[in-house]
Amino acid sequence: MAGTETEATGARDGSLPARAKIAVTAGRVAAAVSRKAGRGSGSVIGGKIALRLDPDLLATLADHLDVILVSATNGKTTTTRLIAEALRAAGPVVSNALGANMPAGITSALAGGSDARFGVIEVDEKYLAGVARDTRPKAIALLNLSRDQLDRAAETRMMAEKWREGLKDSEAVIIANADDPLVTWAASSCKKVVWVAAGQAWKEDAWSCPACGGVMQRPGDDWFCQDCGFRRPNPHWALQGTHVVDPQRGAWPIQLQLPGRANLANATSSAAVAAVFGVAPQVALERMQAVTAVAGRYDVVQYQGRDIRLLLAKNPAGWLETFSLIDGPPTPVILSVNAMDADGTDTSWLWDVDYERLSGHPVFVMGQRKLDLAVRLEVAGLQFHVVDSLEQAVRMAPPGRIEAIANYTAFQQLRKVVAG
Amino acid sequence: MSESSLRLVWVYPDLLSTYGDRGNALVVERRARQRGLNVTRIDVRSDQSVPTSGDIYLIGGGEDRPQRLAAERLRQDTGLVRASENGAIIFSVCAGYQILGHEFINDLGEREPGLGLLDVWSTRGEGARNVGDVLADVDPRLGLPQLTGFENHQGITHLGQGVSPLATVTVGGGNGTGDGTEGAWRDTVFGTYLHGPVMARNPAVADMLIKLALDVNALPPADTTWYDALRAERIAASRQPA
Repeated sequence: MAGTETEATGARDGSLPARAKIAVTAGRVAAAVSRKAGRGSGSVIGGKIALRLDPDLLATLADHLDVILVSATNGKTTTTRLIAEALRAAGPVVSNALGANMPAGITSALAGGSDARFGVIEVDEKYLAGVARDTRPKAIALLNLSRDQLDRAAETRMMAEKWREGLKDSEAVIIANADDPLVTWAASSCKKVVWVAAGQAWKEDAWSCPACGGVMQRPGDDWFCQDCGFRRPNPHWALQGTHVVDPQRGAWPIQLQLPGRANLANATSSAAVAAVFGVAPQVALERMQAVTAVAGRYDVVQYQGRDIRLLLAKNPAGWLETFSLIDGPPTPVILSVNAMDADGTDTSWLWDVDYERLSGHPVFVMGQRKLDLAVRLEVAGLQFHVVDSLEQAVRMAPPGRIEAIANYTAFQQLRKVVAG
Repeated sequence: MSESSLRLVWVYPDLLSTYGDRGNALVVERRARQRGLNVTRIDVRSDQSVPTSGDIYLIGGGEDRPQRLAAERLRQDTGLVRASENGAIIFSVCAGYQILGHEFINDLGEREPGLGLLDVWSTRGEGARNVGDVLADVDPRLGLPQLTGFENHQGITHLGQGVSPLATVTVGGGNGTGDGTEGAWRDTVFGTYLHGPVMARNPAVADMLIKLALDVNALPPADTTWYDALRAERIAASRQPA
């Protein structure tokens, strides 16, 4: 169960400088007030107040920890959780397990105290360079980069450039996905890199060489630029089928409760991270097996007497991975899409998703932007029903477990509805 | 073109396909097929040459560096320019629209020559980016209903004598020139800042391109139920003050 990772124990407060202590206490008070007012966990507001009182607080808190940062467009919350589980084999872990991944939320998670040895921290892509500077991590896992919320985020290659600039002097071991040219570009100026062949289903953001702009050649799993010679590095670790292959060519079966190829990739990267801290792959993988739902993702819930699996997909790469893990036809599929600020207000990305792959499934569309979805599915030549609520979709769906795929705020709404 | 076939060329999806531009290709293809046309869609990557025998060419939006690379390669390739000289229909969006003009500001902050197929030139705005829903009334000579779309650009596009504004905005920034114009067109060459993608929100634009390609004034009807519902919703939403 997520949410139990950052419980305040206060054990370490005694060793903090006075200013940091005051900031941590003020942050806790603010968080408690916010919680009482029913405004969520209060971790973000608490962190903001604490950082205002002591701008160096994040660095101070991180000073006592072996910090591991995890960033990506997709899979960072799950991978953070997998790494945290694996590293518990070596010592206590503190983590921002609920996905509050900007500096305030991270500060709050670390201030949650504990006598942790490891801080396993998910970081929003845009904040990675800054958080890496403040927390002086021992390891940084870079999983993937693809288009996401282009109406407000930086362009994808610019993000890779920011990572490259921000991490080039880092002393951390960088664990990077060699199958993602943008991630490779970001990591290739770093001092110590462990390359992981973790795969990448979505290729549409890396047809252009991030180094020189040449057209990327992508035969099979390989990739290279004919113009400048930038190419896929030889991986130290690899995902092969359902096995992790380690640098000594040992192959270890991955047995996860989490579904899908993307999570096999996340487990592979997590095993490589764990090895940096002396945790052997078989030990790491065995611990990862305990992870079920992560912040509600992949959770199978009961609603109106039916089983529904809740799947989060926020961008084209995420939808692509999600389609590959759902049960085949005639499993009913519910799609829900919103376009609030947290989702990105531009829905153009729906056209980068191959909804044609849902052919044969009974499909129900809902959410704030159900009409955008309806046009998308009509053009894909699919049969579908437009519905106003989950209740209506479930009532109309033929028997069997239902797959519900939703983007960020739509997913939160589905969780609320099924929780009653 | 032969009687029942349509050659649809999508220019450089590897560079210019950032804002769901594939949607424009899919909608044109779908609506042509619904009229019984045999559609051949040709996706031309930027290391391939642009065929000159297409009926409709689509060129989409992209990030700043890919835009420069696309302009360099299209200038060198000349296929699109030759197709245009043969009277091809070209529909361009955002970065692609700027490339069709005389010049634009590239990712290095330099003036980059375009293809000169539209008498427009683009500069970079100093103010806030134009991001959000757009509503615009189309040049009445084109006989199209109101345009709805989503824009996201820093560029400002100035129109010369050789083109007309495609539309006049009632909501949104359009060309960013402050005079309310949005996009540009002449003969069978069109440019717009609207994505969304624009065809999904305005199937009449896709139909217009098909009619131009077939050289007919009308097409057999094709269902627009969901497009109409989406249009009504987006038009109402864009009129709400933000």
